[in-house]
Parts: sequence; C-alpha cells; structure tokens
Amino acid sequence: MIIPEFEYLSPQSLQEACALLVQYGNRAKVLAGGSDVLVKMKDGLIGPAYLVSLKNLDSLRSIRYEKGTGVIIGARTTHNEVMNNNILQEKYRSVCEAAHSMAADQIRNIGTVGGNLVNAVPSADLPPILIALDAQARIVGPSRARTIALEEFFLGPGKTVLEDGEILTEIVIPDQPTTGSNYIKFGLRRAGALAVAGVASSVAVRDGLCQDVRIVLGAVAPTPIRAHRAENALRSKKISPELINEAGKIAAEESKPINDIRGSIEYRRNLVDVLTRRSLKAAIEKGHV
Amino acid sequence: MTTAIKKGKLHVVRLNVNGEEHAALVKANTTLLDLLREEFDYTGTKKGCELGDCGACTVLMDDKPVTSCLVLAVEADGHSVTTIEGVEQEGKLDRVQEEFIKHVAVQCGYCTPGMILSAKALLARNPHPSEREVREAIAGNLCRCTGYGRIVKAILAAAETNI
Repeated sequence: MIIPEFEYLSPQSLQEACALLVQYGNRAKVLAGGSDVLVKMKDGLIGPAYLVSLKNLDSLRSIRYEKGTGVIIGARTTHNEVMNNNILQEKYRSVCEAAHSMAADQIRNIGTVGGNLVNAVPSADLPPILIALDAQARIVGPSRARTIALEEFFLGPGKTVLEDGEILTEIVIPDQPTTGSNYIKFGLRRAGALAVAGVASSVAVRDGLCQDVRIVLGAVAPTPIRAHRAENALRSKKISPELINEAGKIAAEESKPINDIRGSIEYRRNLVDVLTRRSLKAAIEKGHV
Repeated sequence: MTTAIKKGKLHVVRLNVNGEEHAALVKANTTLLDLLREEFDYTGTKKGCELGDCGACTVLMDDKPVTSCLVLAVEADGHSVTTIEGVEQEGKLDRVQEEFIKHVAVQCGYCTPGMILSAKALLARNPHPSEREVREAIAGNLCRCTGYGRIVKAILAAAETNI
C-alpha cells in the first residue's frame, strides 16, 4: 500500500502552522499522530497535497493542572499518555479508562486526543466522557484564538466547527463539583473494536441527592449527544434504583441510532438503556472511574 | 522556520536503530516500516495489513510499541527504534524468545517479531503481568495460527523468570 505523494511541512510554531493551513486551504491536512490521516490516504479516501505536521509543537504535548482553570490536555497528547497520566489518574480516571478502551497499545502510542476529536467519528470514545466533564476546546486560528464548549464542537460525521486555518490546541476539563464520572463502551470485541454504543455520565451526588448530572451518548447519533431529558429526570431528585432505570429508558428514547454492520437501531437503543444505567451507577457509587 | 519536503524530493533522516546510528534519504511518503525493511535491511519487521490493524510491523519507538506502517519515516527522525533484530543481546536470545521456542509459540512465524516486541514492552513496564494483562498487551498483534494460548504461556513464563 502506497501513501500518495504529498508535500510535507513541519512548522516550528502554531502561527506558522495556521498560516500554512490558510495558504493551502482544503489541499492541506493536519498530521498529528497519523493513525487516521495515513490510513485514509492509503485507502485513497483523501489525497491532500500538503501535510502540516504538528511534530515540532511540543507545547501541544503535555497534560497539566492550572489552579482556577482545570486540567489542560494538549491536543498532540497520545491516548497512552492520557491513560498513564498521574493528574488524570487522580482526578478523572474515567478519561484514562476511555482512552484505554480504544484500539490497541501500538495505536494508543500513535493516535492523539486532538485527532480523535477533530476526526469527529460518531463512535469516538473520548468525546462522550469529555463532554460529560464539561470540557472546553481551545482553538487557535490565523487571526484569533477562541474557546468553545466541546459539546458545540461537533457538527456531524467528520464535521466540526473548525474553520480554515484553525487548529484544536487544548482541551480543558474545568474544576467542578462533580463527585463521579464514567464511560462505558460496548464493542463487538474487547480490543480493537469501535463502540456500537458508548455512554458517559458525570454526577454531583451529595447525601443521596442528585445535584447535577450530565449524560452523553456516543455512536447513536451523527454526533455525541446529551440526553437532556434523562438528566432532567434525575436532577434535584433522591437517587434510587427506580430513578436510574427510568433515566436509562429515557436516554434510549433520546438516542438516534442507525442500522449498520455493528448493530441495529433496536439493539443500540437497548444498549443505551443498559449502559446509561451502568454508567450512572458506577459514577454514583465509585467516583471518577 | 518550517521544514518543507517537496513531492518526490529526498530528505535525510537519522535514527538510532538497535543501538546503532543510521541515516538515509527518504521521500515524505516513506513509512518507517519501508525505511527499516528496504533501506536498513531489518526485514524481521513484517509487512501485514499496512493499516495499523494486524501488528506484524510492530517496533519499539522510544521503547513504546508502534505500528511502523503508520509512522512516516520523516516523523521518526531523531528517535530510537528497536526491531526484532535488536532484541537478542551479544548473540544470545532474549528470555522471551527462548520461551517462545520452548513453548512452541510459533507456527508460521509472521506475527512473532511484533508479538515479541509487544511482550518486551509489557515486561519492561510490568515485570509480573497477569494473564489478562498479557492478553491485553498483545491485543494489537493478530495471530491466525496458534490461537494465542501458547504465546500467552510463553510470555507468562518469561515473566516468571524475570528477576
């Protein structure tokens, strides 16, 4: 398999990278890890004339905690770096577990957080848990930088709000009053399988009272979606097994799955019900797992 | 300044492979896999699916397993790489290799180099893994002959003899 020829560009700064993306427009693609871009090029699905590599932008390859801001994850960070990071292990192990649920060791050493988000594949594993944790996306462009809620980042399969010349640089998980969070994915195998459905939740439960909750469904709509009605059924209520069951049922109704090779609409809806209940239970009982 | 490698032009890359410094002229679309096999003659690294699914091309880059079919040679510039040829020490097979032989964990042999490198990386970060951890570590290495049983036993045996 041959990668079609292209011009390779490795800028030394974000400004240079944005300028190159503006200059070459849709003939250029950003190269982060390469586990998606190079596969698509080999398969002949895309044929960019230019690849703009982020390899030299070390500032994008870190995970740090800033007091008053939260945990900041560089977009060039690999999935294994997320999985093994001490800050995330301590604060939001659910994010480490979501990274762990992806692909296999070799690909987790190549693929990046930014790539997983920018590709906007509906079954991607990181978006649900990051949205459940109210993550923000930091975006740098040729003339301005902006921050948006990650929830607003996805427009459809393969489509995001990124405009020409813009690069996703960092994900911020803000400090928050949540007491637990969790992502559960169902794949057809334990390894190397895309999610047939995935559900993430975060909860703030004190003295049995659900003060706040976010439920995010993956692989059952064109983008990751919040299950707002299921959340409303839980918010400000005393947590009970019956209430969690009800939330599962509502979330299943809110999902908009498709039939495909991995599962039918009915099967996916049923999965959303089951996974929502399990995810909530884990987040309530075990914290950020 | 941005480094640019035009279409079809050659660019020099320098890597440390198995402890030795190597340099070669590559095109931008050359993979690390092709660089290792075609330029440096490390043909122990196998070419399988070429899409990052099968793990036959697994090498260690900076001690971490990667599928070398999905790494551009120019992106590997300046890094250190271990291939299966670099696993033996002073002509003596590594413990993992010895256990693969002892347990007959090899049939056609095509997955073996990648399998052994994934096992080496696992034992380096976790000297005494459980069976589940072993299975997870080799989840990215497909074997169509053995059914994995003997491979898992061999890696567990190598872990037991880890001091």
